[in-house]
Amino acid sequence: MKPEQDDLFELEVEALIKEIHTAYGYDFSGYARASVYRRIKRFLGQKHLQSIGDLRKFLFTDSFFFENFLQEITVNVTEMFRDPTFYKSLRENVLPILSTYPFIKVWDAGCSTGEELFSLAILLEEEGLLGRTKIYATDINQKVLRQAKDGIFSATNMTAYTAAYYAAGGKRDFAEYYTSNYGSVKFNSSLVRNVVFYPHNLATDSSFNEFHLIVCRNVLIYFNRTLQERVYQLFDESLVSLGYLALGKKETLAMSDISNRYDFVDKNNRIYRKNS
Amino acid sequence: MHDTSRLIVIGGSWGGIQASMKILQALPADYSIPIVLVLHRLRNYEGNLQELYEKKLALKAVEIDDKAPLEAGHVYIAPANYHVLLEKDHTFSLDDSELENYSRPSIDVTFTSAADVFGKNTVGILLSGASKDGSSGLKYIFDQRGTAIVQHPGEAEISTMPLAAIQSTPGCSILNVERIQAYLLTLHGH
Repeated sequence: MKPEQDDLFELEVEALIKEIHTAYGYDFSGYARASVYRRIKRFLGQKHLQSIGDLRKFLFTDSFFFENFLQEITVNVTEMFRDPTFYKSLRENVLPILSTYPFIKVWDAGCSTGEELFSLAILLEEEGLLGRTKIYATDINQKVLRQAKDGIFSATNMTAYTAAYYAAGGKRDFAEYYTSNYGSVKFNSSLVRNVVFYPHNLATDSSFNEFHLIVCRNVLIYFNRTLQERVYQLFDESLVSLGYLALGKKETLAMSDISNRYDFVDKNNRIYRKNS
Repeated sequence: MHDTSRLIVIGGSWGGIQASMKILQALPADYSIPIVLVLHRLRNYEGNLQELYEKKLALKAVEIDDKAPLEAGHVYIAPANYHVLLEKDHTFSLDDSELENYSRPSIDVTFTSAADVFGKNTVGILLSGASKDGSSGLKYIFDQRGTAIVQHPGEAEISTMPLAAIQSTPGCSILNVERIQAYLLTLHGH
């Protein structure tokens, strides 16, 4: 049905995943294969490498090269106020309920370079909740966590981000939140004064706290169903009773064992609430 | 008879909605092969393509959820702002990585992934559009000995996309909408 070289590629990828786990401790065995194949082929193309064999030579002798590989395999494309209706819904349907708690804990799981984190922080700030909210921002990748901490983004996207901010119900002048400097913008560090950044691997690490809201958007799409199930269990353990879980717009709990413990708050935006 | 060992993937851009609608209207509700539809749209455009197709087709039109399984009698619509990949177990994986050919969803991405899984049992159909996205994916389908079909450029509302595909895959079949309908009906139940 398919040319043999493709099957060989797939076998080599499986072997590579095992070797990476042994050498660096990162476990990609539960990653969605269609995406892994695509990312690896893309990485080979970028580095002008012909085969997995060539890739191995660099991967296991050069940890900087590996860091680079890790960055490419774990997709880190993100944007501020992605899906403005999601943020609008969070503002209107979730934050008013969270405001009844004296102290709010939020987990931004897979925060990547921080665009989503700053969007959440701005929302909380405008609803008067930021001062009593602690956000735990985690990612598998330490390099993107450092970027998230800095809050420096390219200025080229600011027009789109500004439009998305207002579409999400933004209440202020968006430019109040950042300063521009030579093609990049730096968001006010006061937005992340209550944020804890640290590395957490959803594939292998366990629950570390209890939260009122977990935001994990477009992270689990890169996992297979088995690993997704593990993470859903982890989220379930990490949510307080009546806590909220926000997934990406096309992610669903429907196939998960935990689904009967969750109700939709907003079906279109995949915001769930734990019902017990 | 349900036949999920085969897959039809349709791509289009400007003019692709109308052309794909015409093609799919000819197919019965129990059409035996799942169909995936990748159309370019405005990013963050929240308009509902699914409702549009649902109203006009006998087939069930659904917007793709991550990890949803392929079923016959369905047209699976690529959601805005995601690439669509196929897994070996015939489920979807969504992907929000970089744009390809200035597009997300990209037709090339889905065509290539479909051919990786379905090989010669992949039918790729590229319709009207003002982009070159889809031509390398269609070539990939053809190279895996799948079926490569391009809407006749004379009929396409914008011929850029069909012409680019014909250039990169000279062996493809060039058909008008009516002939594409007829071809898809011959696959039904086989």
